[in-house]
Amino acid sequence: MSEQMSPERMSPETQTTFPRHVRHGSNSGQPVSRRDGRLKVTGAATYAADNHPEGLLHAVIATSTIARGRVRSLDVEAAKAHPGVVEVITPANRMPLHHDPNEKMPPFGFRVEVLQDDTVRYVNQPIAVVVAETLEAATEGVRLLAPRYEEEDARTGLDNGLRHEAQSVGVGAPGTVSFGDLDAGLKGAARVTEGDYSTPPQYHNAMEPHAVVAEWDGDTVTIDMPNQALRMSAASYAAYFGIPAENVLIRSPFLGGGFGSKAILNGPQILGILAARQLGRPVKLVLTRAQMYGPVGHRGRTWQKLRLGTGDDGKLTALHHHSIGATSSFDDFVEPAANASLMLYESPAIRVEHEGLRLDIGTPGPMRAPGEASGSASLEIAMDEAAEACGMDPLAFRLANYAETQPGTGKPFSSKALRECYEQGAAAFGWAGRPLEAGTMRDENGFLVGWGMGTAVFPCPQFPAEARATLRADGTALVETGGADMGQGAWTALAQLAAESLGLDLDKVEFHSGRSDLPDGGVAGGSGHTASAGQALSNAGGDVIARLTELATGDPDSPLFGAGNIGVVAAEGRLHRRDDETRSQSYADILARAGQKELVGTGKSGRDPASAEAFAMHSHGAVFAEVKIDPNLMQVRVSRLVGAFAAGRIINPKLVRSQYYGGMIWGISFALQEEAVADRRTGRIMNADLAEYHVPVNADVPRMEAILVPEEDPRVSPLGIKGVGEIGVTGTVGAIANAVWHATGIRVRNYPIRIEDLLRRR
Amino acid sequence: MKPFDYIRPATLAEAVTEAARPGSAYLAGGTNMLDLMKVGAAAPERLVDITRLPGLDAVEWLPDGGVRIGALVRNSDLAYDARFAASFPMVAEALLSGASAQLRNAATVGGNLMQRTRCAYFQDPASACNRRESGSGCDARDGENRMHAVLGFTEHCIAVHASDFCVPLVALGAEVEVESSDGKRTIPIDELHLLPGDTPQMETALRRGELITGVKLPAGAAAFSGHARYLKLRERTSYAFAVVSAAAALQIEDGRIAEARIALGGVAAKPWRAAEAEASLVGIEPSQPAFARAGEIALASAHPSGANAFKIELARRIVTRVLTRALEGTPERMPALPGSPFAARPDKTSGVAHV
Ligand SMILES: Cc1cc2nc3c(=O)[nH]c(=O)nc-3n(C[C@H](O)[C@H](O)[C@H](O)COP(=O)(O)OP(=O)(O)OC[C@H]3O[C@@H](n4cnc5c(N)ncnc54)[C@H](O)[C@@H]3O)c2cc1C
Ligand code: SF4
Repeated sequence: MSEQMSPERMSPETQTTFPRHVRHGSNSGQPVSRRDGRLKVTGAATYAADNHPEGLLHAVIATSTIARGRVRSLDVEAAKAHPGVVEVITPANRMPLHHDPNEKMPPFGFRVEVLQDDTVRYVNQPIAVVVAETLEAATEGVRLLAPRYEEEDARTGLDNGLRHEAQSVGVGAPGTVSFGDLDAGLKGAARVTEGDYSTPPQYHNAMEPHAVVAEWDGDTVTIDMPNQALRMSAASYAAYFGIPAENVLIRSPFLGGGFGSKAILNGPQILGILAARQLGRPVKLVLTRAQMYGPVGHRGRTWQKLRLGTGDDGKLTALHHHSIGATSSFDDFVEPAANASLMLYESPAIRVEHEGLRLDIGTPGPMRAPGEASGSASLEIAMDEAAEACGMDPLAFRLANYAETQPGTGKPFSSKALRECYEQGAAAFGWAGRPLEAGTMRDENGFLVGWGMGTAVFPCPQFPAEARATLRADGTALVETGGADMGQGAWTALAQLAAESLGLDLDKVEFHSGRSDLPDGGVAGGSGHTASAGQALSNAGGDVIARLTELATGDPDSPLFGAGNIGVVAAEGRLHRRDDETRSQSYADILARAGQKELVGTGKSGRDPASAEAFAMHSHGAVFAEVKIDPNLMQVRVSRLVGAFAAGRIINPKLVRSQYYGGMIWGISFALQEEAVADRRTGRIMNADLAEYHVPVNADVPRMEAILVPEEDPRVSPLGIKGVGEIGVTGTVGAIANAVWHATGIRVRNYPIRIEDLLRRR
Repeated sequence: MKPFDYIRPATLAEAVTEAARPGSAYLAGGTNMLDLMKVGAAAPERLVDITRLPGLDAVEWLPDGGVRIGALVRNSDLAYDARFAASFPMVAEALLSGASAQLRNAATVGGNLMQRTRCAYFQDPASACNRRESGSGCDARDGENRMHAVLGFTEHCIAVHASDFCVPLVALGAEVEVESSDGKRTIPIDELHLLPGDTPQMETALRRGELITGVKLPAGAAAFSGHARYLKLRERTSYAFAVVSAAAALQIEDGRIAEARIALGGVAAKPWRAAEAEASLVGIEPSQPAFARAGEIALASAHPSGANAFKIELARRIVTRVLTRALEGTPERMPALPGSPFAARPDKTSGVAHV
């Protein structure tokens, strides 16, 4: 179980072989390798499903094969008669819950399906849980249930779904925003370009599926699960089970990928915890790959329309972005796709609008760059089309429409080094030689070559978070926050920030994270985890140093006595007089002289409201793509990707590059491969496995370059950290689509771009 | 998963006897069989594991220059057998274009031949499928069918056979050796897989309990080794089934095509030999127009079975291209991306031995 997980293994004693990446007295900014890397490659890192408490039962959910209707019968007898099956939980015998699952639980609690009745609202909805002594018995028990349904026609597309105006999109953004006079802008335009675009449903396919191991002890419960928002989830689970929040302990040392799916409370997890409570034994519930396609969120399908008016000078006169986003029949998560048009380009008139389309699907949810990915995928093609209509180079066109202040509001940006991103990205890519016309470039093998670009953007939120730092008598420190490492490297980057604030080498700092009983590390989402939990850790370290300084400067026998006004500097485990580095004292010594065994500091983070009000805050980037296309067979391959990103202060360039690469690879996936194919009659997803739900393999990933454009931003937070986790997807998708056009002269406006789209028209 | 018996016979005689009992199925590498059992598309009562049977895992060269490949030879072992790859390069290329390294290490020759269709409705027990359950209907016909057949299908079934390996085998006239308690027989590979007709549930010519023991390539097949290629169009660069694929082999004498072999994959319920297209090339000088005509002839009887008309045009172009590649000559080393359009031209320096 997870006591021998990571926090202990991450302690300095076992981490002595880490390289000392210290420059100018700081770990921060250095390309430290993942501290948990070895644990992961040796299999020593434990994931939720690796836990096997004594007496463990296995639960498997039965999921519906219809999209809409009612479960008429389940052969519970047959399932229960199967050897090893302990219980079958259905709406008839499911223990009561303290929160109505048909009611939302703000802030991020969607309506969930936890066997509240026999209604079926989408394919793969849980309709029963079979609990058995073995996984095999539970699996067979599910098969024996042989559900029978009363089926209604499934609503699966634009032709039969229910359209409605979306009051709010994403997790609470307004559905319609309008600036300036759109009609006048369009009328006054020298030309108007418009197009219809679509993006498919995409499902989170993290390596690690959703898993939960729950063990109750009276009214307290310990839950092992991959989780991106520990404290918030603990409180929500507590509400479902009518117990105090502190009675829920979630342990999530490592996540095998989250991508937004593991930040939101879902039905299957509740059912696993519920089964354990109902049966009085620990229970493990792991979703199969196919079961990930329904009850745990997805990137909702969109149908978008863009209209761009441009003047003779190549400047936008109007920008209209309309998006229909698929959502479920019973809850709202409309992909905030059109809002991408509020972030990027200057225009005297902008209107973004969203409609929801109710379908018989599981409620969508946030998936890496929710809204920004789908929206910029379309907007960036539209910008290219407008550039083409103006006879302008796509980069020159974007520069002509550069937003010096936030489009519409005119708010200044806290910082925006996008121009530098364009410059450095274009230079590294060699954009300058690009012919304007499509279909003119060939490589030495005769392949069509195309170059395209797109602008990348993502907001940089900072969430409330808390942390604690404890300086120990031996001069080492323990720092703690309930954060989440989904593979992005929080174990490393957060520890670097803590070490920096404490003036300690990284290997003198023991870092604990991934538990809900630690200070609240906030949500690892919105690309805001390092900015949030990192700031809290840094503040906690600062608090320790402040207390330590007080002890030292007040101690007549300290070499620092009386340095209060001049100040001290913390570095390498010692406090130094600011004006005289030779006068210093070690932390251990200060504590010993003060007779203290340890010194505890705490820190919080949260954006300064005045700054948030005054400034628009985003990370920016520019992505340049080269594709090669067989001139006859039309198979597309991305052959080069260069991204230049400005995202405030960079804590660990190695990890940050990995985030950009990962985002850009997702861009390849989005542009060319990824799509959940639902049968339009039944709503069943016909490719719910990793053989047929395509994401890039190594051979699809070209040489990539990620340029870290320096940017200082004291306004986003004292540390000046923006976010890097999601921005790489944005920009890339459109850049690839535009490169495909540039190679072929064919504009494909529906993602993913498929062979037949290119074949048909040649 | 439904409980089942698992037996691991030590002798071939025992294996075929067990397999003749109703409800039995062979288990080789398991890369297809076990997946189907997990999703509930196959539910045998008895699995007869043949992986420990003696004598089925060798590549034997016959006195006449032909080769006999044991049914248990792993896909990767066969592809990396140097003599085999030199003699039958397009077979090796096809093998290496399939699945992933891990799967090829587990998959066997017999299992590859006998792999079931990848039709999503076949794999989904909640869907109607004549092939899985005779007479239940075919949900693919009005469903998601862009990958389905354009040749040899009927309203009863529009599925394709997805094997890459079988495509060059059918082009080269391989023979399949089978054995049962009734004795041994040999089936030309072109007759192994059946077109659906009105009995799509009958997928192959094997009788109940019959075991594939080996595959034979005739001596003459090696005569194509200088001009033999496999080309596979897929939706990502590797690790995907063919949208359409083709194998082509030529023998060139005095500037003319003395013999031609062409077969297509991903277009029908069986690997599709294009005999008329082959005939159109014999005796003429190789040229792009001739290859394009061969492509036309190969697809002459094709029509869409759904949203897949593009596959017909694609298949024509692939035939033309693979013939062009074959004419250019077999590369000395396996291209880094076997079967891929992006394997570019034969390159004597930059090819890599492993994928
Ligand atoms: C993700 C994925 C991707 C793949 N991609 C490709 C691809 O790109 N190209 C491609 O060609 N293939 C591909 N495959 C299919 C793969 O090649 C087959 O699964 C494999 O060849 C089957 O061999 P096996 O030994 O594992 O057979 P098994 O799974 O053990 O058996 C398959 C079938 O053959 C029968 N069988 C096995 N051996 C014999 C025998 N000796 N006599 C009679 N019957 C027998 C079994 O009863 C069973 O019905 C892919 C598979 C997967 C899972
Ligand atoms: S195409 Fe064939 S395999 Fe697919 S559903 Fe129809 S009958 Fe079954």
